[in-house]
Amino acid sequence: MTKMHIKLTVNGEPKEVLAEPRELLIHTLREQLNITGPHIGCETSHCGACTVEMNGKSVKSCTVFAAQANGAEITTIEGLGTPDALHVLQRAFREHHGLQCGFCTPGMITRAHRLLQENPNPTEEEVRFGISGNLCRCTGYQNIVKSILAAAAEMNAMKEAAE
Amino acid sequence: MNEMTSPTREERAAKLKGLGCSRKRVEDVRFTQGKGNYVDDVKLPGMLHGDFVRSPYAHARVKSINTEAAMAVPGVLAVLTAKDLEPLSLHWMPTLAGDKQMVLADGKVLFQGQEVAFVVAENRYAAADGIAAVEVEYEELPVLTNPFEALQSDVVLREDLDPAAAGAHGPRKHHNHIFLWEEGDEEATNQAIDSAEVVAEEMVYYHRTHPCPLETCGTVASMDKVNGKLTVWGTFQAPHVVRTVASLLSGIEEHNIRVISPDIGGGFGNKVGVYPGYVCAIVASIVTGKPVKWIENRMDNLMATAFARDYWMKGRISATREGKITGLHCHVTADHGAFDACADPTKFPAGFFHICTGSYDIPVAYVGVDGVYTNKAPGGVAYRCSFRVTEAAYFIERMIEVLAIELGMDAAELRRINFIRKDQFPYQSALGWEYDSGDYHTAWDKALKAVGYDDLRKEQAERVEAFKRGETRKLLGIGLTHFTEIVGAGPVKNCDILGMGMFDSCEIRIHPTGSAIARLGTISQGQGHATTFAQILASEIGIPADSITIEEGDTDTAPYGLGTYGSRSTPVAGAATAMAGRKIRAKAQMIAAYLLEVHDDDVEWDVDRFVVKGAPERFKTMAEIAYAAYNQAIPGVEPGLEAVSYYDPPNMTYPFGAYICVMEIDVDTGEHQIRQFYALDDCGTRINPMVIEGQVHGGLTEALAIAMGQEIAYDEIGNVKTGTLMDFFLPTAWETPHYTTDHTETPSPHHPIGAKGVGESPNVGGVPAFSNAVHDAFRAFGLRQSHMPHDHWRIWKTAHDLGLHG
Amino acid sequence: MIPAAFEYHRPADVQAAIRVLQDHGDEARVLAGGHSLIPMMKLRMAELGHLVDLQDIAELKGISVEGATVSIGAMTTQQELIAHEELARVAPILREAALQIADPQVRYMGTVGGNVANGDPGNDMPGLMQCLGATYTLVGPGGTREVAARDFYEAAYMTDREDEEILTRITFTAPTGGYAYEKQKRKIGDYATAAAAVLIAAEGGKVTRASIAMTNLSDVPVHSGAAAEALIGTNCDEEATTAAIAAMLDDIEPTEDNRGPVEFKRHVAGVILARAIQRAWSRA
Repeated sequence: MTKMHIKLTVNGEPKEVLAEPRELLIHTLREQLNITGPHIGCETSHCGACTVEMNGKSVKSCTVFAAQANGAEITTIEGLGTPDALHVLQRAFREHHGLQCGFCTPGMITRAHRLLQENPNPTEEEVRFGISGNLCRCTGYQNIVKSILAAAAEMNAMKEAAE
Repeated sequence: MNEMTSPTREERAAKLKGLGCSRKRVEDVRFTQGKGNYVDDVKLPGMLHGDFVRSPYAHARVKSINTEAAMAVPGVLAVLTAKDLEPLSLHWMPTLAGDKQMVLADGKVLFQGQEVAFVVAENRYAAADGIAAVEVEYEELPVLTNPFEALQSDVVLREDLDPAAAGAHGPRKHHNHIFLWEEGDEEATNQAIDSAEVVAEEMVYYHRTHPCPLETCGTVASMDKVNGKLTVWGTFQAPHVVRTVASLLSGIEEHNIRVISPDIGGGFGNKVGVYPGYVCAIVASIVTGKPVKWIENRMDNLMATAFARDYWMKGRISATREGKITGLHCHVTADHGAFDACADPTKFPAGFFHICTGSYDIPVAYVGVDGVYTNKAPGGVAYRCSFRVTEAAYFIERMIEVLAIELGMDAAELRRINFIRKDQFPYQSALGWEYDSGDYHTAWDKALKAVGYDDLRKEQAERVEAFKRGETRKLLGIGLTHFTEIVGAGPVKNCDILGMGMFDSCEIRIHPTGSAIARLGTISQGQGHATTFAQILASEIGIPADSITIEEGDTDTAPYGLGTYGSRSTPVAGAATAMAGRKIRAKAQMIAAYLLEVHDDDVEWDVDRFVVKGAPERFKTMAEIAYAAYNQAIPGVEPGLEAVSYYDPPNMTYPFGAYICVMEIDVDTGEHQIRQFYALDDCGTRINPMVIEGQVHGGLTEALAIAMGQEIAYDEIGNVKTGTLMDFFLPTAWETPHYTTDHTETPSPHHPIGAKGVGESPNVGGVPAFSNAVHDAFRAFGLRQSHMPHDHWRIWKTAHDLGLHG
Repeated sequence: MIPAAFEYHRPADVQAAIRVLQDHGDEARVLAGGHSLIPMMKLRMAELGHLVDLQDIAELKGISVEGATVSIGAMTTQQELIAHEELARVAPILREAALQIADPQVRYMGTVGGNVANGDPGNDMPGLMQCLGATYTLVGPGGTREVAARDFYEAAYMTDREDEEILTRITFTAPTGGYAYEKQKRKIGDYATAAAAVLIAAEGGKVTRASIAMTNLSDVPVHSGAAAEALIGTNCDEEATTAAIAAMLDDIEPTEDNRGPVEFKRHVAGVILARAIQRAWSRA
């Protein structure tokens, strides 16, 4: 099968790859672009380990063809913060023990990031509903929810301070 | 020079971030940035991908395998079948349980999803196309999915075994029988029960389920033909054991094999065993001379690797009319699937199931376990528990409830009058264990008080009346559990895996500038070893945890260890860490005394330094001592500051806990809602409360899944009905309740720091707590026993059968 | 789980998409959000040579509310549907239902058109559209036609849509009165064990109009006219509700699956419908 030229903007950088149309976005990111933060957990769009942001939406990149993403802007966990300037969510997950094995964490934080863009002041219930597309086998979610609520509070305080 | 205004002892201790500190995890820095390194992240030049053709049938003869079309698929380089592995004697492999299993189908298949051929290709897309092109001709055979029927059936599942010959654990009484394993005095037990005032009898089924870590199993095998070295990365909970097995199977000398467990995305017992994928990837790498990656997909993971439980436990328990238990009898029919690949210490084919007398002082007991072959996947792993301990805890906690019903007694009170008392420890159980320490009454009373137990019972009684009056369709269940675990396998005298004693190890090197690296034979899968083992060491050697690197999982650098499962890391490797630390300290004492120009006995340890007795202003800190160890010739003392400890535990540890679940049940739809969950854990000395709490939350959620919906279900012809995460229940944040955690602290008397392990307690205790809540809701209407998982339709059926739908 | 190879097309308008379908017959399928189709392709239960991605076709997007007429482009995602305030005002049952579909990520990708067109009996939107009395617009080589949602579904994955047609738009009249979408499922992301869409209009304490449809209780969505009829003229008391349930039970034909056996599903269908009726009535 002939390959396609696929152009993506990933974490702010333009990228171009050659891929079969059937190539899944998660494989393009992981295998071709060496962006290994997003993981493969279930392959049937249930677990959310592969969550990335595509054109401002949280998507499960195991259920998106790279061809569909042609022209899209993608943000992954690697694009949220830098080692010297971690994103508030990244710090909050560590501070509140929101992770254990770390496998769900990139998808979870990426999803939480979008959730807080759309709902900067969520209740615990809204957080639980908002991350219900991401499975975690280690934490029982309690500290993930705590981390996200803490990050929201911190982000709001920062915003207020800036205003 | 010693500073004159030195910090206080408390300040110095706090700076160490040692035992008892909720230290933030060092692992999280990379995980939160997406910089973990899991096996599928391993990428080598020229790496190939392998994957399996799997059997669609549960029992069939393999008539032929045609690989011609597959070999013609662009990118496909090889297709391995049993015929290719036979000359290497690798078409079968030994299991951990003394049986053997097929690596690739040898003449027949025995379960759906069994590995039939291994396709090696340039990438995973070509491998998938190759798999689709392999033509396999099957002849279907009768399928046995029920262990009771299997023991009656003429159908022979394992044609490779001589039906008359004994198995690894003694005589076999039928061609589908694996072993009978017994413990306790059956005659005395029967006598006690037959002569008792009250007897309760019940069949308790703990269904087949699966650990299902979010990361599936996988490996990258790389045979370097130039220097003869084989390197294997993989999802291994026991990397050293994998190295030894790989050496024995391949004939490659063990020093030429390097096994690396990189970051592991959850294990829960799934990653203890050795799977055909590992073997085939290694063979394919040897054959092609290139690195070969195999990553299992989720359906394969659920269908083929490592089921857990599947125990039919027939129990009889007896008591006096006042409720004092007099005897316990249990017979288990254990469905082991097609091969006996259970992951237990060699001498324990039913693991530590004989911990099933639980938290209770039961004078006489007997356990008999019949292992049975069926057309289901092999496994029988310890899914977030020590070997078969969840089954045991579920069994006894159900039997207690059933006995309470039989006695017409409150189940909390029945537990209380039968608990092993504090003054009875160390306690010899009727089935041969020596419980190290416990204070069950204190924990129990604390738990009952915390939830307001008496008020809950009143509310429940009122609810029952309201239900009978037609004012509500919801019932209230109060699920009680007091569990006792047995973890930390284990003493080498009776615990081994494939002949390797179940010790564990730690090797420490102190660097000249006063920081350190410690390497262990275990491997974290999310437990946070890099954080918590450094805390143990910080308290032992006075070097801040932040200045200690913990390294695990590389067999070329780590000391030999048996790995991480069965909550054994803290009890065994944690003890090794403390013991190695003490060796460091002993040498440090000599160095300090020399530097301070006093006798060894004239200095004493003080948090992070040795001080001259009676002269606290004269001291040497560990940093000073470390520097001296490398830079100063000390008469009679070798340079350097290093130690290694191989720790053979004198006994297991026995963590315990009291859990209470309050659950609302919708009688009409079978839905449930958890109103409150209180978990009190006693894991002895607490190393990192934050990590403990996280472990409890996670284990409870796995218990919730198992009790309320998660199962590996088969239809009558052996098809797996729950092969994706649509049907295999993993709760989301939405279905998961908020938990309240609590603790008491009863140290283990034989563990160097008194720690017992906690990772598995919440699963062991959680399952009966959830299940008992369901049962308890219906107790007033006559329910004695129903089977897990308590999904909507099963709860609905319970209500229906009790006539609650009018 | 790797899909078989295919050729990818991303036409800019409906006519171009139809031409691809014409050129390749049943070898070609349209791709909307892909969250039903892609998993099937990955399991190799759907193998096709040509995939026609509709994402660039502007005319398939957008929600319009003009007076009482609501029109939803097929490529509108569930998330867009949930976020649309005007729609939530005139037809709140859509938001209530859409929030019960799948999970957040899937709702960002999953489209209303895909949900109604693919004929999966587990999908929620078909029953809802039958309840609303919606009309589907289908465009094919022969032009445009309209089909009532209530006439569209023939069997599981079998609909009135021809291979070369594309479902482009869904239109309905905004309902008045009370509404409810009630769904029992095992967990987030699951299909319904049973789901009910109910619309009730009332005057003077009596039901004047009602509409009832059920999901995942047959190989097609079930619009039960008889069940709705049983409510007319009543105050949705126990007797009326029981009659509606009895009528509905005559129309459904659930099958056993991992959610439970037929007997259970029939019972739950009744309970869910009763709850939906009560909630809709309370809002009427």
